[in-house]
Amino acid sequence: MAALQQSTLDAIRAEEAELLASWSANLDALGATRDVRINQQVVQQQTRQFLGLLVAAANTADATDIGAAAFADVRRFLEDLSRSRAQQGFDAQHTASFIFSLKRPLFALVQRLYRSDAEALASQVWAITELLDALGLHTVRTFQKSREDIIARQQEELLELSTPVVKLWDGVLALPMIGTLDSQRTQVVMESLLQRIVETGSETAIIDITGVPTVDTLVAQHLLKTVTAIRLMGADAIISGVRPQIAQTIVHLGLDLQGIVTKANLADALALALKRQGVSFERKS
Amino acid sequence: MDRIPILKMGDLLLVTIQVDMHDQLALRLQDDLTEQIRAISARGVLIDISGLDIVDSFIGRMISTIAGLASIMDARTVLVGMQPAVAITLVELGLTLPGVETALDVDRGMRLLRTPRDTP
Repeated sequence: MAALQQSTLDAIRAEEAELLASWSANLDALGATRDVRINQQVVQQQTRQFLGLLVAAANTADATDIGAAAFADVRRFLEDLSRSRAQQGFDAQHTASFIFSLKRPLFALVQRLYRSDAEALASQVWAITELLDALGLHTVRTFQKSREDIIARQQEELLELSTPVVKLWDGVLALPMIGTLDSQRTQVVMESLLQRIVETGSETAIIDITGVPTVDTLVAQHLLKTVTAIRLMGADAIISGVRPQIAQTIVHLGLDLQGIVTKANLADALALALKRQGVSFERKS
Repeated sequence: MDRIPILKMGDLLLVTIQVDMHDQLALRLQDDLTEQIRAISARGVLIDISGLDIVDSFIGRMISTIAGLASIMDARTVLVGMQPAVAITLVELGLTLPGVETALDVDRGMRLLRTPRDTP
């Protein structure tokens, strides 16, 4: 394991301004600062802050292990940076190149510094590479985690959005399902529907599957489970919105939907629910 | 409490389960209920399980057994007030209780018992 030598660190500190200028130039060449989402001043300030933190950390500790306590500030800075980049919608490459574009100016620096000492030059180049690679990977890892957090949060929001239970009539609930049904969604939908049945004391629940793109054996099984649970609670379930393609699929798959009342559209289902309650309508003359 | 009370209302029996069932309690209820059905020639049995928050496979099967016993003794069984969590558990366990009639609450269950059965 090669460590950064004191003389290298001193040189970095001495030529900080030059390094920063050349790093910024590199970032410019990559197009990192020409984005509308981020301005040049911010990037420059970030490069200055990062270099300061890096030198301070490398000064105090064995510079090969970025997991050490001395690197805590550097790590935190990079985590903040990649999180903000992820939120602004940059890609992983852009975020990582922020670190990797520092390599070239640093290499140029040590090259000048150890012009006469090939061994020291090689070891310092290796030390810088190791350090910056580790930091770069750390950045990418944090970036990915931030992205995953964003995706997980969106999924949760989607789940909540997609399960509205509406009251159509006194004692008639409807659940318009939209999107593909998977185990997790069915579970959430089933729970919220059953809960509403208890709360409102509704005797009929209509599950409308107009917005469900396809029905396969798994989806049919989920529907069957939901209908059975509704029956166990003492209410009746009607499935509505069975489109011609879905009806064909169900028959072709040989699925048994016996014992489930199905209707072509929500209006028919509501009419049936009202008829069961003994409600009738008539048009005024 | 080592016994679940069985209330008599005319020719109907009302069983209200307010505590968490354990196996011994369930077996005892089975004995008591069949004895009571015989004693008063009950026409219907209403089992209110609104107080039951958790079921396991044994209790689930017990509910379906009691319903089966009652219908063999010519008493109509209506299960009322099942909690959503219980319904989901039973379905996941594959206990769909075929042949057991259900209602949302005791009131509706009573109404169901008073109306004549659909099938002869």
